[in-house]
Amino acid sequence: MSPPPVEAAAPRVVLAPPRPWAEREWVRLVARLVRRRTAVFGLLVVVTVVLAALLAPVISPFDPLAQDISQRLKEPGWQDAQGRVHPLGTDHLGRDILARIIYGSRIALLVGLAAVLISGILGMAIGLVAGYFGGRVDDALMRLADVQLAFPFILLAIAVIGVLGTSLRNIIIVIGVSSWVVYARVVRGEVLSIREREFVHAAIALGSRDGRVLVRHVLPNAFTPWLVVATLDMARVIVIESALSFLGLGVQPPTPTWGGMLADGRVYLSTAWWLATFPGLAILVTVLGINLFGDGLRDTLDPRLKV
Amino acid sequence: MKAYLLRRLLQSILVLFGVSFVVFLILHLTGDPALLLLPPDATAEDLARFRQAMGFNDPWIVQYFRFLKGAVRGDFGESLRHGEPAMHLVLERLPATFELAGAGLAIAVALAIPAGIVSAVRRNTAVDYVSTVVALLGQAMPTFWLGIMLILVFSVRLGWLPSSGRGGLIHLILPAITLGLFTTARITRLTRSGMLEVLGQDYIRTARAKGVGEPPVVWKHGLRNASIPIVTIVGIEMGTLLGGSVITETIFAWPGVGRLSVQAIFNRDYPVVQAAVFLLASTFVIVNFLVDVVYTYLDPRIRFR
Repeated sequence: MSPPPVEAAAPRVVLAPPRPWAEREWVRLVARLVRRRTAVFGLLVVVTVVLAALLAPVISPFDPLAQDISQRLKEPGWQDAQGRVHPLGTDHLGRDILARIIYGSRIALLVGLAAVLISGILGMAIGLVAGYFGGRVDDALMRLADVQLAFPFILLAIAVIGVLGTSLRNIIIVIGVSSWVVYARVVRGEVLSIREREFVHAAIALGSRDGRVLVRHVLPNAFTPWLVVATLDMARVIVIESALSFLGLGVQPPTPTWGGMLADGRVYLSTAWWLATFPGLAILVTVLGINLFGDGLRDTLDPRLKV
Repeated sequence: MKAYLLRRLLQSILVLFGVSFVVFLILHLTGDPALLLLPPDATAEDLARFRQAMGFNDPWIVQYFRFLKGAVRGDFGESLRHGEPAMHLVLERLPATFELAGAGLAIAVALAIPAGIVSAVRRNTAVDYVSTVVALLGQAMPTFWLGIMLILVFSVRLGWLPSSGRGGLIHLILPAITLGLFTTARITRLTRSGMLEVLGQDYIRTARAKGVGEPPVVWKHGLRNASIPIVTIVGIEMGTLLGGSVITETIFAWPGVGRLSVQAIFNRDYPVVQAAVFLLASTFVIVNFLVDVVYTYLDPRIRFR
């Protein structure tokens, strides 16, 4: 082994030349992320689902709500009288299953995005305060987290939605408000080490108030793990939303939801297997895509993070 | 160690108080519990009389302490539908839920820990890839879909296993697999990464260098040191299993607490809902306290803290 190179003493003042494009931090991170094939595959799946949701009216072969009892429970690949093919078959009301899956992605992504934003912001705020101030505040907030975690999530969600009534708004609020714990714990852990760093001490010494220190100096440094948690949590929220819809406590029919389609299909399991199979595959593929992308993001940005 | 356990015990009791408060709140979410508890066709006089009789006109703090007094004695009022004490109904169903959750956990631990260890030891071989792909799919698969697909294949098509109800071992197979797969996937991935981390440590190299054979290196030096996060996740997964039982029991018509609470929510039978939520949440808190007790045996460093 050769001896380590002796480091040249750094000159006192350096006017740094603009960094070449390829050396910038985020460019290198993206380059590293792209080298992970599973993460790229995950991202492609996610992009496909997002495009399907956005372009649903354009790409959907049929109206997802159009019923035709004469064409009910037709198997995948069935061709109707006008020669139009139903690639994934039709359901018990003669509605095209592919069209309903495409439109169903809208509810899944909308609830996923909105609930993750609510719980992410809530958890970020709680984590920042708990980690930065420590002591009694920290103790109180972490006990609150224990209380939240003690409840079987789905049971609490259905109890609350059962009382408040089912609506898109209620579902988003209930999932959003009760999912903050992961974010708070991860952010708190980061803040515990960030608050001991020199730039934070410097900011305090210069007279910055707590609020400013938290938002300008601590938050940006705790953002990366937060982003990883948010990505992975999106997958969990999508499963929760479809579970609620499956139990009949989600967005109500006739709006197509993946969970609701599965619940319909369960009744026809012995005669028409495709009703329950395809919506479940849609959930599986979406969640798998998000998980793979999130895993890659974690391994690239913050490999020590345990989520 | 005593101080540590005592502190954890006090924390757990504090959390149980928090749990009771949230359960109390469920009934007061809409502002008027009388409207929730009485049938929709109740007259204004009925409502007023009911509020007075149940004490819903008292300050909320008084109501909460009254609720708490009942809760510690297991008294959540009578089921509106069955006319029995709500707690009695829930306790009756509890063994079925424990049976299912226990079977799910047994499957998960029995499959996941060996799979995770083999994956880590035979890293980047076919065994590792297969177990990783299965774990990824298991984590992405919604419980209710897995249950339905298992029923489709093994009950509807092959006719080998019953699709609903509780009975002998044969009734337990499909629900237990359904409930346990997600947990299996999670523990597999955690065991693999934990073992990989530990097997890269200096003391493992030292053990190998002084001539310790591969099996004791993996099982004694490796697994023991990787066991703390595994025990933690097993404790947390108890919560996942108790919560997952809500869906699994609904699919397989399993007569447990999960199915009872879903039915109670649809029947607007709130005393039963409160009793069930309270009991499941308390179980989780108690299990996690016990997990902490186990820690102190696994990791002497905690004992001397």
